[in-house]
Amino acid sequence: MSLFGFSLKARRPKSAQTAKDRLQLLLAHERSAGSETPDYLPQLQYDLIAVIRKYMNVSDDDVEIKMERDDDVSSLEINIEMPATSKARPAKR
Amino acid sequence: MTTQLKDKPPLGKIIVITSGKGGVGKTTSAAAISAGLAKLGHKTVVIDFDVGLRNLDMIMGCERRVVFDFINVIQGDARLKQALIKDKRLETLFVLPTSQTRDKDALTKEGVEAVLNELKEEFDYIICDSPAGIERGAQLAMYFADEAVVVTNPEVSSVRDSDRVLGLLASKTHRAEKGASEPVRPRVLITRHDQGRIDKGEMMTVEDVLEILAVPLLGIVPESQAVLRASNVGVPVILDEPSAAGKAYEDAVARLTGEDVEMKIESEKRPGFIQRIFGRSA
Repeated sequence: MSLFGFSLKARRPKSAQTAKDRLQLLLAHERSAGSETPDYLPQLQYDLIAVIRKYMNVSDDDVEIKMERDDDVSSLEINIEMPATSKARPAKR
Repeated sequence: MTTQLKDKPPLGKIIVITSGKGGVGKTTSAAAISAGLAKLGHKTVVIDFDVGLRNLDMIMGCERRVVFDFINVIQGDARLKQALIKDKRLETLFVLPTSQTRDKDALTKEGVEAVLNELKEEFDYIICDSPAGIERGAQLAMYFADEAVVVTNPEVSSVRDSDRVLGLLASKTHRAEKGASEPVRPRVLITRHDQGRIDKGEMMTVEDVLEILAVPLLGIVPESQAVLRASNVGVPVILDEPSAAGKAYEDAVARLTGEDVEMKIESEKRPGFIQRIFGRSA
């Protein structure tokens, strides 16, 4: 921190590169989807909940969908909070 | 989970960041102010009202984590909890992104009100980042506000547009239409302030702007290289490396929370040779 003036100077081109990288990544996603962000997510969520309900007792709030976009891969993370075992319907397997 | 102060009900204060004119620093200010409030421990959410031209997510650095948005919540396709993005730096900060694909007609007064009412149950501060202009998005961003931050550059078109927006705040808001005892409380935040140009007589002074607009001043944010840097990396300027702009926003945030902070004009001095050798004390 004591050589703040120098360190800031050295970092300046880096933040511009970060900006470019972030934009390229974001725009690649937006363009490839025909400027559509995944509009199927709400429907996917309904369907998921419907399927899970066939086997256990979950409320709408127990399902959480997260997305993380990265350079190479994007991941869709679906978290389902399981009901307490006593309340769970026996799974038909 | 995140609210430690369970006994205290949330403040539920709605603050719109508006300006009329585009490019004056609304989103930068919304990001900085919400991060500043969260940093002080207030549970804060910042909402992007610029439907179709989403940008708050980039300034906050959460653009890769958007799944559901404000419009999904209004239309009942997702629940609010799912659309809120929790900031990775501050425990008390949340972002509600808008839709990139819909248009402004997707915003309804009833929908916005329902979402804001739900947020009021949980948050101390609800920061509404208004789009430029005075169309539907901007009108709805200000409609339910308790307070307004009018972002203004010391420049003729910005001041003129701010004046127009102040008129709308006094007439086209819920508080105005319901004849509330307290109207929306407006304050001006002057951004891109350049003391050097003022000294040369090339820029209107803070006093000039306040004389014209006749509203109290919330703060003076200097023209600063830190603002572009912060937007490049997706960090609100208040959370990025120490800067004059960051300091000015911190003071403005303190004033928003009711503190009496002396008004100072920060300026970004380029460190001289000697200062660079021995370091700066800020």
